[in-house]
Amino acid sequence: MLNKEFLFKKVAFSSATLILLILTSIFVMLFIYAKPAINEYGLNFLTDASWNKSVVIHNSTQNTLQAQQNKIDDDENDGSLFSDDNSILDEESDDISKNEDNIITKTIFGGYIPIVGTILSSLIAMVFAIPIALGIAVFLSEIAPDFLIKPVGIAIELLAAIPSIIYGMWGLFYFAPILQNIFGGSQMSLLTAGLVLGIMVIPFMAAITRDAMNTTPDVLKESAYALGATKFEVVKDVIFPYAKVGIIGSIILSLGRALGETMAVAFLIGSVFKIPHHLTDPTISIPIVLANNFGEATKDMMGAIFYLTFILFIFSFLVIGIAKFYFLRGRR
Amino acid sequence: MKLAMDIKKFCFTYNGAESPSLKNINLPIEQNKVTALIGPSGCGKSTLLRSLNRIHDLYPGNKYEGKIKLFDKNGENPINILELKKENELIDLRIKVGMIFQKPTPFPMSIFDNVVYGLRLMGIKNKDELAQRVEKSLKGSALWNEVKDRLNKSAMGLSGGQQQRLCIARAIAVEPEVLLLDEPTSALDPISTGAIEELVSELKKDMTIAIVTHNMQQASRISDYTAFMYLGNLIEFDKTETIFLNPKEKQTEDYITGRFG
Amino acid sequence: MKQNENIKSRRLFYNKVILFLSTLSAIVGLLFLIWILITLFLKGIDSINLSLFTKDLVDGGLRNLIFGQFIMAFLATLIGVPLGMIAGIYLREYGNGVYANIIRDLSDIMMSAPSIVIGTFVFILFVAPFGSINGWAGAIALAIMLIPIVVSTTDNMLSLVPKELREAGIALGASKHKVILDIVLRTVKIGLTTGILLAFARIIGETAPLLFTSGTNSFWTTDLNNAFPSLTVSIYNLANFPTDKARNLAWAASFILIVIVLLINLTGRFIIQKRRNK
Repeated sequence: MLNKEFLFKKVAFSSATLILLILTSIFVMLFIYAKPAINEYGLNFLTDASWNKSVVIHNSTQNTLQAQQNKIDDDENDGSLFSDDNSILDEESDDISKNEDNIITKTIFGGYIPIVGTILSSLIAMVFAIPIALGIAVFLSEIAPDFLIKPVGIAIELLAAIPSIIYGMWGLFYFAPILQNIFGGSQMSLLTAGLVLGIMVIPFMAAITRDAMNTTPDVLKESAYALGATKFEVVKDVIFPYAKVGIIGSIILSLGRALGETMAVAFLIGSVFKIPHHLTDPTISIPIVLANNFGEATKDMMGAIFYLTFILFIFSFLVIGIAKFYFLRGRR
Repeated sequence: MKLAMDIKKFCFTYNGAESPSLKNINLPIEQNKVTALIGPSGCGKSTLLRSLNRIHDLYPGNKYEGKIKLFDKNGENPINILELKKENELIDLRIKVGMIFQKPTPFPMSIFDNVVYGLRLMGIKNKDELAQRVEKSLKGSALWNEVKDRLNKSAMGLSGGQQQRLCIARAIAVEPEVLLLDEPTSALDPISTGAIEELVSELKKDMTIAIVTHNMQQASRISDYTAFMYLGNLIEFDKTETIFLNPKEKQTEDYITGRFG
Repeated sequence: MKQNENIKSRRLFYNKVILFLSTLSAIVGLLFLIWILITLFLKGIDSINLSLFTKDLVDGGLRNLIFGQFIMAFLATLIGVPLGMIAGIYLREYGNGVYANIIRDLSDIMMSAPSIVIGTFVFILFVAPFGSINGWAGAIALAIMLIPIVVSTTDNMLSLVPKELREAGIALGASKHKVILDIVLRTVKIGLTTGILLAFARIIGETAPLLFTSGTNSFWTTDLNNAFPSLTVSIYNLANFPTDKARNLAWAASFILIVIVLLINLTGRFIIQKRRNK
């Protein structure tokens, strides 16, 4: 019996450690695969708006057969992620080509546009979602008559369970045309993506906020009502301050989720590498760059893609971590 | 006078605490008698009781000093239970020294499975023997008549008082020498309380009982000896009659007469 | 007195406004739900017919996709649930201090991490070295998404068990693992099952982690070593096709997907309700 206890404890410890290992490997592997691009572009990647752009890097008067041979080899290897002689980690770029006039051009990538697209679409989602989600939370926790609380609550939780690709489908075929009628511009745009993202995030935020609000002790609320406060004042002056940490935490957490969302946005954002000048312009976000290009990218593009993936991972991790920190602060 | 346990110069400090919760306790526990621990909240009575079966070990970092001796059925061959380290030694200890908690704790299984849980742990598998001991234990805890027709039903369906008697049946099934009761009736209604108090008087014929209670009337009703504790110290220990009718210490008298606590 | 009346009526006005807005939000929220569900229902029902369940994608049906999605979700559950539960047990029953808290926090963070990043990670480890996308990688990606949910559910469920129950087991001479297995886990059996069901419903609807790990496959296959059929990834592909036939199929598939997800969800809730009513 002693052995069983020891064994069980060891197995339990190993499982927990395995999980830790998985999580750290994600970070490590992403970093390793992003490293070549990080080395090549450095922090400029974050502000460079070029993507798949050819730039001249060198002017040489030498004309070598080797250069032409390189170009032929490069074309053969283009796009294959699995060729044995071309490891992804290989630092040499195959997008360098020398044309006959010996001007060497190189294809460079910058992450500015997808980064901006990710942030903007998430912000739009937040601006849209926060008032509605908070309103729903207030409704569920303070206003709704008893017979409504459960059904509405279940409805919200079912909304949260709908797979994101369905939001994408519905957004593409139904919501986008309506938005275009109202706002003009393109159907697939930053605005469309941001709004659908917002709709997706609402149930999640509403549920967490409602739970946070429900932790307010009844006696506190009752004391305020006893002083003649209106419902609004109780929410504003008692519940929100008390549940402040949970509410802010839920907002930050929802932002963290929105940043990484792919399917609800993929159909709707336009997939165009351009900075949007109007809300109704198409653009692109990091998850969409991944979704669109992963299979057919050249090696250099893959490098940029891994760099973007790493940035997205770090950024989401930080935002979600901050939310978690908020929740923890409340618990103490 | 045979002792079941003897506590000598016992000090206990909780993990991370600055000062001990129990200071220099000296307390004999006589066989086949009921010893009550009374005192105001925070005096350490539960802490002391829980040291007697080393259940504090579930929460690492606590410090013990002194000795707690456990004697055999003849009142001889004492072991210092504070020195037990190996898991199987602790398991043996807990079979000899059983415990009932303030909140009834039925396991999520049938009544039958609850009562035999300790027996199965000990390795007893024979169905007839188990059935026999179930009947004996449930009779011993005055629950048999109420549940004999539904031994296979879940224990969670019992009332609070019945659940507590089930826990007692479960504890006495392994035939312990000492039974520790930590405020066993605080969560129960008066009728169940009365039933359990009656039980205690019956049970002491077969085992030794130590009971923590914040209900002084209960202590005076059912115990043979009473120990009054305050702020981690044992203020007075004597026959129950003496404590309640003729206490020697002023603090004891103040507590008994309700001046504090 | 007039001063007070003015203030009071202003306060009541604000109150009415906010209550109205708040109720409006709830209606808007419900509106979207109903809109989405009705859309799905109408478009889906239109295209639903028996052949969807008897033919594979290559013949215009969805059979292999539904099968493939379930298989990968089941595999993910087989991998993820034991691992997640035992880790959750460690966190709640054995761990205390920095190490356990770090794992708990990291696992919670992973619950909200971008699913496409998980897909990328699994690609690196389980696709690139083998030279082709495969069903195993898809299952593993789903498992990585499932694990933090199971860890959290187990951890939370176990925390609901009162400490006296554990102490009662120890007091009878049971060792810690017996107490956990016989008593503690049994007490939260129902909550755990529901949590796992809900987690399953969550991963079966995922698309992004499958995009470049298992991809999808138009043919019936049980070979997990190659591209494996996925309902969600196919919806993504079909929706982008220019033909009406493809789009209708995408709607039918979406309808079936949401029916599956909602059914599992409702089952989970039903189980909890039954328990609560007992």
